[in-house]
Amino acid sequence: MTTPPARRPVVGRVDFSNPTHSVYAALAAILVSGSILVALQGGVYLDSAGVLSILSDSTALGLVAIGQTIVILCRSLDLSVALLIGLCSLVAAEIMDGRTSMVVPAIVATLAVAALVGLANGLIITKLRVNAFIATLGMALILRGLLEARYTGPAGDTPLSFQQVGYTRIGPIPVSALIVLALAAATWWYLTQSRAGYHVYAVGGSPEIARLSGVRTDRTIISAHVLCSLAAGITGLYFAARLDSGSPFVGTDGAYDLQSIAAVVLGGTLLAGGRGGIVGTIGGVLILASLDTLFDDLGVNPFFKDVVRGVVIIVAVAIYARRAVDPRRRVERSPAEAGAAP
Amino acid sequence: MTEHAARTGAAAATVSADRQPVVSMRGIGKAFSGVPVLRGVDLDLYAGEVHALVGENGAGKSTLMNILAGVLPADAGDVQLDGEQVVFSSPRAAQQVGITIIHQDFTLLGDRSVAENVFLGREPVRAGRVDRARMIAETQSLLADLGESGISPRTAVRRLPVAKQQVVEIVKALAVDARVIAMDEPTAALADHEVALLYTLVNRLRERGIAVLYVSHRLREVFDLADRITVLKDGALVASRPVRGFSTDELVRCMVGRPLSTFYPPAAGPAGDVVLELRGAGNDRIHGVDLELRAGQILGVAGLQGSGRSALARALGGAEPFTSGEVILTGQARRIRSPRSAARLGIAHLTEDRKGEGLALRQSVRDNTLLVRRSALTRASRRRLGEVDVAALLRSVELNTTRYDGDVAHLSGGNQQKVVLAKWLAAHPSVLLVDEPTRGIDVGAKAAIYQLLRDLAGRGAAILMVSSELPELIGLSDRILVMHDGRPAGELAAGASEEAIMALATGHSTEMADKADDRVPR
Repeated sequence: MTTPPARRPVVGRVDFSNPTHSVYAALAAILVSGSILVALQGGVYLDSAGVLSILSDSTALGLVAIGQTIVILCRSLDLSVALLIGLCSLVAAEIMDGRTSMVVPAIVATLAVAALVGLANGLIITKLRVNAFIATLGMALILRGLLEARYTGPAGDTPLSFQQVGYTRIGPIPVSALIVLALAAATWWYLTQSRAGYHVYAVGGSPEIARLSGVRTDRTIISAHVLCSLAAGITGLYFAARLDSGSPFVGTDGAYDLQSIAAVVLGGTLLAGGRGGIVGTIGGVLILASLDTLFDDLGVNPFFKDVVRGVVIIVAVAIYARRAVDPRRRVERSPAEAGAAP
Repeated sequence: MTEHAARTGAAAATVSADRQPVVSMRGIGKAFSGVPVLRGVDLDLYAGEVHALVGENGAGKSTLMNILAGVLPADAGDVQLDGEQVVFSSPRAAQQVGITIIHQDFTLLGDRSVAENVFLGREPVRAGRVDRARMIAETQSLLADLGESGISPRTAVRRLPVAKQQVVEIVKALAVDARVIAMDEPTAALADHEVALLYTLVNRLRERGIAVLYVSHRLREVFDLADRITVLKDGALVASRPVRGFSTDELVRCMVGRPLSTFYPPAAGPAGDVVLELRGAGNDRIHGVDLELRAGQILGVAGLQGSGRSALARALGGAEPFTSGEVILTGQARRIRSPRSAARLGIAHLTEDRKGEGLALRQSVRDNTLLVRRSALTRASRRRLGEVDVAALLRSVELNTTRYDGDVAHLSGGNQQKVVLAKWLAAHPSVLLVDEPTRGIDVGAKAAIYQLLRDLAGRGAAILMVSSELPELIGLSDRILVMHDGRPAGELAAGASEEAIMALATGHSTEMADKADDRVPR
């Protein structure tokens, strides 16, 4: 009887073949070496201002990337999130119009708009069979056109009570960062504990195998897009709180469409879907934010910052690619099986 | 044919007198892009019976099975379950009434665990949460039933060897509370002791009163396991009777419909010089391969799935190059680094995956034919080889179409394979590597491909043919190299027996090959 390969023991140590572990190892390395570098220049990297900077940098990107993780896991992606963020910030701010009484209706309306856009994305991809790249790019253009037709700049007004969500802190930790963390935890639960989450991984692994096994693949993809758009909607709410008003191009100015995809991929999720997860994504977001803060502390030229970001993303994905062998082609042979020939 | 039909009717009548079939398929018809693959086929499955469905590749076995399991819709005919007409819109719909299928190609997700695969699409939920503990426990007990408790339900499937993946595939089908289980070539990837295991399992299913539809082209399995045999040929029903009604000879005649001697062209004259030689060649999938390819000869390569038979062709063709050892081409040591360098050295590689790797499906027949010549050859060698007459080239491979500007996707499998062949012939190769040259091709086109390969050898080409079909290997090859576990297990002369090949392929020595019959599980 041949024995199957045991699960690699990973408890208590870092397993570098697991992207999630590598991400957090890299994050730790950046924080440690960053602290040393900044200290050499006579500063402190991770003082409360530094932590605050990293966390607030991570908030918006983290929110968008959580949604993006879900769609990428099921072999889709969403390029319309950046403009949806702008749209949602406007919907929220205009409905609130400075009135605390309208906060709740505004949130509900904003999320409804976001969900509708996600539903449209999902339906276009599954029912009209338009490639996700094109479908969401088209949606982005549509949203841009609508926004440009109506707005030239910030509009609407959010009441002080709502703005506090964006600014309140517990020590150096902003409440909004805790909200991101809570959403990440909920998404982790959804992806790893719920049946729908299992199906997200199955569809990403192979839509055809999932279908043959009785998974409702269309429903899975549509739900993923609705959830992704809801995350963008929440990001819009966050910006409405931070900026006191709605701003049509706050999402595109931050390039949250491509940045979120970069963060997801940096976090070890396969762009082709089926492998990865939310824990890695949060690590990816934190790495990007830590680098940003570090470069600010070191006074690095902002253009050079982008160069380093680009290099980090490419190197990370190149490292993952070495492990991302096609399971159909290259089956790892267990040592027992290899030696079992009589 | 009328005689067969009469017999079929008689057999059906005697059985239906005492009990009703679980599933009854009547007059099933199906065509793919205008090419009929099933014509008015009837099939009855009874509880507690193993019903073997046999026929050559392309006879329509898999299509019929896929219609039964809701994977494909039928164009004509109807399916009855317990006497009531049913239409399955999806595999899920068929699963829900207890009809499940084990596909020939694995339907497992490599990145997910064994338990997650077994319960894919039917994950048990407790308090809104997938009940992982239950999934693992049930998978564990199903694996234990099969004597495979060594497989951990938590292992990612891609970490398992191919044969163990097959076990998972079977467990996946069993986990559904199935009344009908269809198995498509379940032993294709299994080693001997696993075949024995499958026998035990199939017998257990029969005892539980499950109707098993067993598709196989291995006749011994059919006679060992089946209660009833249905033979398909070219998409039509030839015979359907209890197993006692068949002798082996008769079954073969029903399946092939012609004497084997005319199916495979006779070998040409004596072999020529060595064209290509390997010395200790290997990469991460195959090791220590020594072989000689001679002009005018066809070297067959046999082996189980995952044995390295395709990896050998892929290495020679540059798709996944050798990393060690020597390649000597007409006396000179060469390195094959890529498909491009192979093409330039006069090596043609007809890959196993015709649609994925052999053809640009949305391009025209003409563009496909010229693909290798345009992209891989140097200007100098194109000049030396002269202009290509596409029409003449396609006539030489007996392609029956004149619509050279039409998409190659619209051709039948057989004609597509001829285009792949023509594309390589345009580069005047001296070595042809053909991997599963007749997979999914109808019988007529098969015979044409065999004749073409033999003719090419006759004109001095050295051919290496990888195949999973033993009759084809035995019928066409001048010598047969058998791969096992990434290494050559031995070489057999023309006319070797299936038993001798299987003995080597499953890792038994040549001495034992003679006793192969005694070894085979009961």
